[in-house]
Amino acid sequence: MMTVIPEPAPGEQAFLGRQVAREAETILDIENISVAFGGVRALTDVSFDIRRGEIRAIIGPNGAGKTTMLNCVNGFYHPAKGSITFKGRKRAQMRPHEAARDGIARTFQNVALFRGMTTLENIMTGRALKMRANFWQQLVRAGKAEREEIENRYLVEEIIDFLQIEHIRKTQVGVLPYGLQKRVELGRALAMEPDLLLLDEPMAGMNLEEKGDMCRFILEANRHFRTTVALIEHDIGVVMDLSDRIVVLESGRKIADGTPDAIKSDDRVIAAYLGSH
Amino acid sequence: MIYHEAGQFKTSYKQDMAMLPIVQDRWSVVALVTFAVAGLPILLAFGTDAFTSNYLYSAILIPFLILSLASIGLNILVGYCGQISLGTGAFMAIGAYAAYNVAVRLPQVPSILAILCGGIAAAGAGIAFGLPSLRIKGLYLAVTTLAAQFFFDWLFLRVSWFTNGSASGSVTAPAVEILGIKLESGTGKYLFVLAVVVLFSLGLKNLTRGALGRQWMAIRDMDIAAEIIGIRPVYAKLTAFAVSSFTIGVAGALWAFVHLGSWEPLAFSIDRSFNILFMIIVGGLGSILGSFLGTAFIMILPIVLTRVPAALGVPLSTSTISHLEVAVFGILIIFFLIAEPLGLARLWLLAKEKLRIWPFPY
Repeated sequence: MMTVIPEPAPGEQAFLGRQVAREAETILDIENISVAFGGVRALTDVSFDIRRGEIRAIIGPNGAGKTTMLNCVNGFYHPAKGSITFKGRKRAQMRPHEAARDGIARTFQNVALFRGMTTLENIMTGRALKMRANFWQQLVRAGKAEREEIENRYLVEEIIDFLQIEHIRKTQVGVLPYGLQKRVELGRALAMEPDLLLLDEPMAGMNLEEKGDMCRFILEANRHFRTTVALIEHDIGVVMDLSDRIVVLESGRKIADGTPDAIKSDDRVIAAYLGSH
Repeated sequence: MIYHEAGQFKTSYKQDMAMLPIVQDRWSVVALVTFAVAGLPILLAFGTDAFTSNYLYSAILIPFLILSLASIGLNILVGYCGQISLGTGAFMAIGAYAAYNVAVRLPQVPSILAILCGGIAAAGAGIAFGLPSLRIKGLYLAVTTLAAQFFFDWLFLRVSWFTNGSASGSVTAPAVEILGIKLESGTGKYLFVLAVVVLFSLGLKNLTRGALGRQWMAIRDMDIAAEIIGIRPVYAKLTAFAVSSFTIGVAGALWAFVHLGSWEPLAFSIDRSFNILFMIIVGGLGSILGSFLGTAFIMILPIVLTRVPAALGVPLSTSTISHLEVAVFGILIIFFLIAEPLGLARLWLLAKEKLRIWPFPY
């Protein structure tokens, strides 16, 4: 697939007016995380880091603890042990909406859209944190409330454009086909202008063509919106092509961490996936 | 042909996001409001005798408007924010009794302010009874609001302070005065209630199509996803409870002051709660227009059931009619829940879609 993406020139202004990311700065640092549900140890002493601007894949067989990992990062679970440092700040226990405020966005394995709302409304809802008009301004929809609606609409339209979903702008998302729903969900996450985007199996259940589209959107989001991406995916081909670095989990433990090439030839990874002989 | 939007080009997002982006809709609403404000009162003043016009005002128009307001209030909570409430009657009662106590104990306070105080008291109670919604959902929340209904029924019946020591529990509201003019005629009361309902509808429509409305709907549709995009469930749910209860409280105060005049706690019993819940289910959950349609439907249905058999020459006894009413209501509720959960508002929308391409649907 498409591995050759030209690097943007240094200092190039990004799509949403962001500066080009500084390479190699650690944005998320996970140290010795352990999570247990009753007697089941979902994660045991897992440590890895994510650098600003990279696409970091988390792979592993079913039940390896990948989704649990994401749930810790975005505040659904509170690890019993270990620490999470995001943007240089060590996090205490945190609710998901606080993680969102900090700049972490997320999509779900099974689409979690607002089914009763249109595509446009869904993505506009992603701007919730940027809307600051008070209750009374919204009640009469004047001043700041009206201004904000229009300003944010421009940004949302930019995302709709980018994801090529103009035609379903005013369609209720509940009636959309699965592939488009996944795209809208990505749009809603991008609308938050996150520093870190967690994607939980963005290509599950898609056909080859839809997968190709989704890969393109993830790469473009990474390149244009300067979004750091953490990606869970089962399609190894996709993972190898997209990611800068890969961490491999098995039964709640980290068994490998490195570049796609290193992972490809790692004995423990091969054993985990194919069985040892 | 009539309802074509061809040629209406929107050149800005402001136009696209207008409350009524289609010209025909705008004119229809302007025409409807003009008719309600001027046409109807003039028609009733000159076209009919005093008895009929008085009947229309006090038995149909005014109750319709006030119950529509209560329906809109409940729709904010149930239809937009997805929190089920069976306590509408209680919140109306709080609005009524709070307004009554303000009006009786502080006679110098203007009526409008007393009615608003009713709304504020109901909003406070709404927030208090909304707190459990942060922990529990669905049926369990419905039971909590049911508890509110029974608690306030009991409170207003047993604690005589609220009824100003009235022995029978029945109280009489002082006449409503607007800018020094006593509201006594049907026309005056009607216009006052109409003004309140129009203002509330506009404001609430603005809320629901703005950032706060999206937060409510996000919580309704998928609360986990709402939280990960930064919406605080506490804020979204409690504002919905507050706005909803405030509206219902004002409706309750109007019901007591303008419609009933004197009332007893039974006026706001659980029957009222169910009545209004039916209105929004039939009318359309999550739609301001639907609240009006549902109220009209539920109010007109008994009248039709009374009049039609008589007009057809099939005399039915009063008890048969009231039984029939219950049966028809039941059937309708089941029909709407199964066939069209989004109610009359959705049917209206479909009709408009059809009309847009009529008569050349290709």
